[in-house]
Amino acid sequence: MIEIINLSKTFNSHQVLDGANLDIRDGETMVIIGRSGGGKTVLLKHIIGLMQPDAGQVIVEGEEIFRLTPEELGRLRLKFGMLFQGAALFDSLTVGENVAFALREHTPMGEEEIQERVRECLELVGLKGVERQKPAELSGGMRKRVGLARALAMRPRVILYDEPTTGVDPMMADVINRLIKQLHDRLKVTGVVVTHDMVSAYKVGDRIAMLHEGKIIQVGTPEEIRGTSNPVVRRFILGISDNGEAKVS
Amino acid sequence: MKPAAAESVTRRLIAPLGESSLAFFSYLGGSSLLLWQILIGFGALPWGRWVVNLALPWRWKVLRNDRKWQLVLDQMEKVGVASFPLVFLTSLFTGMVLALQTAYQLQKISAQLYIGALVALSMTRELGPVLTALVIAGRVGAAITAELGTMRVTEQIDALHTLSTDPLRYLAVPRIVALGVMLPMLTFYADLIGILGGYLVGVYKLGIGSSLYMNMTWNSLRFKDFFTGLFKAVVFAAIISTIACYEGFETEGGAEGVGRSTTLSVVISFILIIAADCFFTALFYFVFP
Ligand SMILES: Nc1ncnc2c1ncn2[C@@H]1O[C@H](COP(=O)(O)OP(=O)(O)OP(=O)(O)O)[C@@H](O)[C@H]1O
Ligand SMILES: [Mg+2]
Repeated sequence: MIEIINLSKTFNSHQVLDGANLDIRDGETMVIIGRSGGGKTVLLKHIIGLMQPDAGQVIVEGEEIFRLTPEELGRLRLKFGMLFQGAALFDSLTVGENVAFALREHTPMGEEEIQERVRECLELVGLKGVERQKPAELSGGMRKRVGLARALAMRPRVILYDEPTTGVDPMMADVINRLIKQLHDRLKVTGVVVTHDMVSAYKVGDRIAMLHEGKIIQVGTPEEIRGTSNPVVRRFILGISDNGEAKVS
Repeated sequence: MKPAAAESVTRRLIAPLGESSLAFFSYLGGSSLLLWQILIGFGALPWGRWVVNLALPWRWKVLRNDRKWQLVLDQMEKVGVASFPLVFLTSLFTGMVLALQTAYQLQKISAQLYIGALVALSMTRELGPVLTALVIAGRVGAAITAELGTMRVTEQIDALHTLSTDPLRYLAVPRIVALGVMLPMLTFYADLIGILGGYLVGVYKLGIGSSLYMNMTWNSLRFKDFFTGLFKAVVFAAIISTIACYEGFETEGGAEGVGRSTTLSVVISFILIIAADCFFTALFYFVFP
């Protein structure tokens, strides 16, 4: 359903993506792991057309998204929800208005129905009674969860999660992992989860892909990844630095 | 000249020229494109419905639920109403100073009578529009760039895209509409307040008769004096809002980047306002002699 073909992207002579290939099937949860600064966020932003690649394509439901007109892209994005790494909440709006944003812009729903949906989405991420607060009044982890609630509000078919469990406490991380799993099991939502939290990766992933030096170097089920023989992937999942021991200077 | 030396001259003297003119034209192209897209968005607003609803008081509650109208109204309040005190002070003092300075000159030829006419004409034709525009570029243009720039670097603009909302329509168009309406209104107030400042000095300090002063003022003013001033205000509004939005959307590089584009936004607006003022003054001089 989402095909990433030979995607390359360079920022001021720094090659971030270098011919990345990945197939994401309908209804599966694909976890993308990789080093910090390795280009995971950049990859995610290409999937939803926020960045233009230097070369390569992304095909969503048979449509090449970099060829779409702004209107067509807008229509396609209605099927997507995206959680940003830094939450990216609108800080001039309240939490409630943030979550309700797309509902007000794109649906004819009445005010009561919207409030109901907002409450429901916030409850899914373990938040209650924060509708009237401004994002600046919340903690980092709460903001992240509001961002997730906003991504869920339109009941999207595809959700892109950029580090959903980073910056939230372990118990709340478990709530979010369960939520991702539930959306996958019950609603058949396609998920793309970028993370370096391996606990979360094993828990929510149908398959795990490792992004390294601009390429996807291995894709496999959590078991396959756990038992991998690829030294780069092994070092990453076990958390061993390149030279074995820390250099102190 | 040796080839190597020639090459280094090219690189050091000619190439930067090429680069900066390239940057200049890409800026010109980028901001014109933005203005064009904004004008399209401007045209797409439901103007007919708004005018009808505004004219009929019992339909005002319909407007209260109109999101686009609310966005515009919010901005009008931020841009216009909140700027009034500053515009008030600037133009009052300018009018007063103008009266004092011309008195200093005109006393020499015993022509203080003409102070009223001088203040009125300078305010409506020149100082009202230009001073108001400069004050608003500093107060509102900077705020718009800082706000949009912060939204850019904190990915809020990206978030708008993912929510299938065009930042141009949602952020830029309401601001441009608000400035386009409010800047001429503020300019009109500035004209009147400046005249009032001149009146205070002329009547209470210089001892010109009140009705004489008023007569001199109104008799010197023509409709075209107000009109050309307000026309300039509309152009200045387009300049301020286009540059402010363009700089905001193009911001890169965190808090430092926001600071940089805010400064640039104000500087470029100032230059363009002064240049446009010169151009239109010359134009009107020949069109409405
Ligand atoms: N807009 C941009 N302009 C210039 N360089 C960028 C831009 N966005 C990303 N980069 C660069 O691309 C590289 C990858 O960034 P990216 O944010 O995708 O990393 P990441 O894998 O998500 O890391 P993390 O796990 O820390 O979030 C970084 O070196 C970054 O400097
Ligand atoms: Mg990232």
